[in-house]
Amino acid sequence: MVKGTSWQERLGRAWYGFSRNRLSVVGLVLVVGIVLLALLAPLVVPYPEHAGAFVDYANANLPPSRAHLFGTDVFGRDILSRVIFAFRGALIMAIGVLVAVVPLGSFLGLVAGYYKGTRLETFIMRLTDVFLALPPLILALAICAVLRPTLFNSMMAVCVSWWPWYTRLVYGMASSVRNEFYVQAAEVTGASKGHILFREILPNCLAPIFTKMALDVGWVILVGAGLSFVGLGEQPPTPALGTMVSDGAKYLPHLWWNSVFPAVAIMVMVLSFNLFGDGVRDMLAREEA
Amino acid sequence: MGLGRFIVRRLALSLLVLAGLSVLIFLIARVVPGDPARQALGPRAPEWAVENLRKEMNLDKPLHVQYYLWVKGLLQGDLGKSLLTRRPVVDDIKEFLPATCEIVVFSALVMAIGGILLGVLSASYPNSWFDNLVRVVAYLGIVTPSFVWAVVFVLIFGYIWPILPVVGRLEMGVEAPPVFTGFLLLDSLIFGKYEAFGDALRHLILPSVALALGGMAQAARITRSSLMENMGRDYALAQVAYGIPWRVILTKYLLKPSLIPTVSVMALDIAALFANAFLVELVFNYPGISGYGIRAMLNKDLNAITGVIMVLGVIFTAVNIIVDLVVAYLDPRVRLLGGSQGG
Amino acid sequence: MESGALVEIRDLAVWYRVYGGLLKVLDGVNLTVASGQRVGIVGETGCGKTTTMKAILRILPRNAVLPRGEVMFQGRKVLGMRGRELQELRGQGVAMIFQDPTAALNPVFTVGQQIMEVIKYARAGGGPRERRLMALSALKEAALPDPERIMENYPFQLSGGMRQRVCIAMALATARTLLIADEPTTNLDVTIQDQVLRLMRRLVQEKGTSLILITHSLGVAREMTDLVYVMYAGTMVEVAPTDELFESPLHPYTVGLLRSIPKLTGGGIAEGVPGRIPNYADPPAGCRFAPRCSRAMAICSERKPEFFDTGGVGHRVACWLFAAGGGAVV
Repeated sequence: MVKGTSWQERLGRAWYGFSRNRLSVVGLVLVVGIVLLALLAPLVVPYPEHAGAFVDYANANLPPSRAHLFGTDVFGRDILSRVIFAFRGALIMAIGVLVAVVPLGSFLGLVAGYYKGTRLETFIMRLTDVFLALPPLILALAICAVLRPTLFNSMMAVCVSWWPWYTRLVYGMASSVRNEFYVQAAEVTGASKGHILFREILPNCLAPIFTKMALDVGWVILVGAGLSFVGLGEQPPTPALGTMVSDGAKYLPHLWWNSVFPAVAIMVMVLSFNLFGDGVRDMLAREEA
Repeated sequence: MGLGRFIVRRLALSLLVLAGLSVLIFLIARVVPGDPARQALGPRAPEWAVENLRKEMNLDKPLHVQYYLWVKGLLQGDLGKSLLTRRPVVDDIKEFLPATCEIVVFSALVMAIGGILLGVLSASYPNSWFDNLVRVVAYLGIVTPSFVWAVVFVLIFGYIWPILPVVGRLEMGVEAPPVFTGFLLLDSLIFGKYEAFGDALRHLILPSVALALGGMAQAARITRSSLMENMGRDYALAQVAYGIPWRVILTKYLLKPSLIPTVSVMALDIAALFANAFLVELVFNYPGISGYGIRAMLNKDLNAITGVIMVLGVIFTAVNIIVDLVVAYLDPRVRLLGGSQGG
Repeated sequence: MESGALVEIRDLAVWYRVYGGLLKVLDGVNLTVASGQRVGIVGETGCGKTTTMKAILRILPRNAVLPRGEVMFQGRKVLGMRGRELQELRGQGVAMIFQDPTAALNPVFTVGQQIMEVIKYARAGGGPRERRLMALSALKEAALPDPERIMENYPFQLSGGMRQRVCIAMALATARTLLIADEPTTNLDVTIQDQVLRLMRRLVQEKGTSLILITHSLGVAREMTDLVYVMYAGTMVEVAPTDELFESPLHPYTVGLLRSIPKLTGGGIAEGVPGRIPNYADPPAGCRFAPRCSRAMAICSERKPEFFDTGGVGHRVACWLFAAGGGAVV
């Protein structure tokens, strides 16, 4: 952080770092667009009632047209409307997972890093090894499978497989930061453990945490789409992108719009958050330098 | 610390992780809401049948005894019976796993070779049109879930431009070799069924490429960025200053340290291959472990779920060890100082 | 322009593109090194010494811009060199030793592999066996104990002093016309510094190699060199034979620098010369030292002073106080 500069200059510097790569700005615009669409879905989609268990066989299987930009599915529901509503679940999932995982994972990493060389560190870090012994998607699949498939349960499942990454990230930084002079000075002056952990060490780990969070939004969405692809996420009739792709794949190639548009929607979402995350990384890296 | 001790330490750690994993998987299998036996048989099954199944699955015993019996079976290669196929889970896995391994190995090769090659090329011509093209393609590769690639491939090669098979492991009418290793490619070579070999290979291409693209893009990006980072180091500068041609510096002196992060991530990428194989195999109707696993999951076939996941855990652990050994080969600090393991 | 100069840098400017515009780091550097000469360049950290040296070898970072100036090596224009010629310059003409020996050695190759590669592209040794012998003898010359073992070692297995000896061995393993040493002892323990310097002096003398030694330590410059350039904020402000410079410094900056000798270690020269190096993004218009100079005149902030001859042989100074040529305007 640059000290002694006005907030305008810091903002300007941050924006410079973020916008140096023009793709990051594109990502920002797309992210804002997706979030707005998701928030305002009932107001902006052409057929809000199609987001649920709606059936209109007269208008089923229509190819993309002016009335239905993305066409309609086998029940006659407007795919555009369903895709936009599906943004909601995807975003809720990503935000829910990160809100749960980041504080927990970071806290464990902080503790493990600070108590490096003790049993506590060994225990926490070996625990992350165990949870990372399976790829997130498979662990999440297994957990989803034994629970009832709902959005909340799939979020829980992803949480279980995601926290160790933050623990490892923060652990790495905390274990080196704790040897810095200012941390040792705080210890010598008898500062409380809470003060040292949260006031001295944590602030130095924030930039990478935020960077990882920004990038992770896309990855969580991807895993969520994977879960719903095999039917272990949000259950019909609520729209989920992965479910739409896998259901639509049954009707390839004639009703291609059934799966192609939801697939493109997943790609656009993940791409947007990736570009945005890259921008955040550039911004925070610049501020540190 | 020598390489020998490094390996011993690494193996000990892996055993610990596997022990932990067995507890984790066991616990997951026991958090099932409701009675697993009842779940498995359905609400209309008679009470005596449920009771029998409960006994068979040891659900009537205390938790720690259940775990003990499960691990004991595990160590003896007995994962219990699948409720769905009514066969030992081990036999099911033996039947389905080799197909998945073939895909994963093949796509790991595509991923590693393609990714590193692209990374080196785009780092050698930074900000050229080629570099930019690779960057765009890499972005596409990273953000596109492999099941979407699979769907796209099926659409293209199944209907529009049918030059490669999009279903299964072998074409109808092609004589399959006898099952010996379970690996179709190996078996067909062993028994001299070259037609089957070629056909199996063709069937592997689309699923493996669909699987590999994400990791390949990732590998390309990491290789590129760590090459670029190392290019800025003094030793690269020093070697330029000593008149060593850039080509040599790049492909020898910069590539070796730059591959360390690429290879380290490769363990995760290969794990992701296995995970995504679950989805991709579904699309290609490929008879691998995933179809079996997913069916088990959707039907709460607990023995099959825990069995499949435990086996996959063992495989990842092995993959991790191999990757660590490659890293140790690349990085003498890891090899000689005992390394990064456990910080 | 003297003929027979080994290196001649004329009015070299190097800028860096960065956030917020251009850093005009080098602003008309002039430097001449005669064959066999040992030249020191002294100045504060960040005054452009390393940039100047990198320009000689054409190893400036990508964001560097060279708006004007020329670098000549043995009468050939370095800035225009391409391909093989550049390769020859680097492989056989000039060798450079970097400040941080840890960073200058590739961490994942053995010392032997690295030295042998240098020898190979200096086109000195014949086959691999010959290269190995040359590497061994270079290590021996650099006073490294047990060269056979060190060949098999990785850099991280050696101490800092040994690493720098390896770098020296690498630089002087084959015949070179010029050795550039960029603060070769700054990162070493004080006890090791002297040994390494003495080793370098001995090798340079034995092999008849010319030397450019960059340092912020005047003591080191005095001990090691025949001629000293004083550099300030991207320009050379004074040049003189070493003894003369220490006896009768002219430029106000040099005077301040010499006055601060006892404290001149990393901490800067706070007492000798008040103030700090100017901001390269927006450097002073005339003499870059003017804002800190206690004897600044009106012209100093308007026009950049050229190198003016003084009374001493080879003693020149870029300061308006000596514009008349005799150093008499004081």
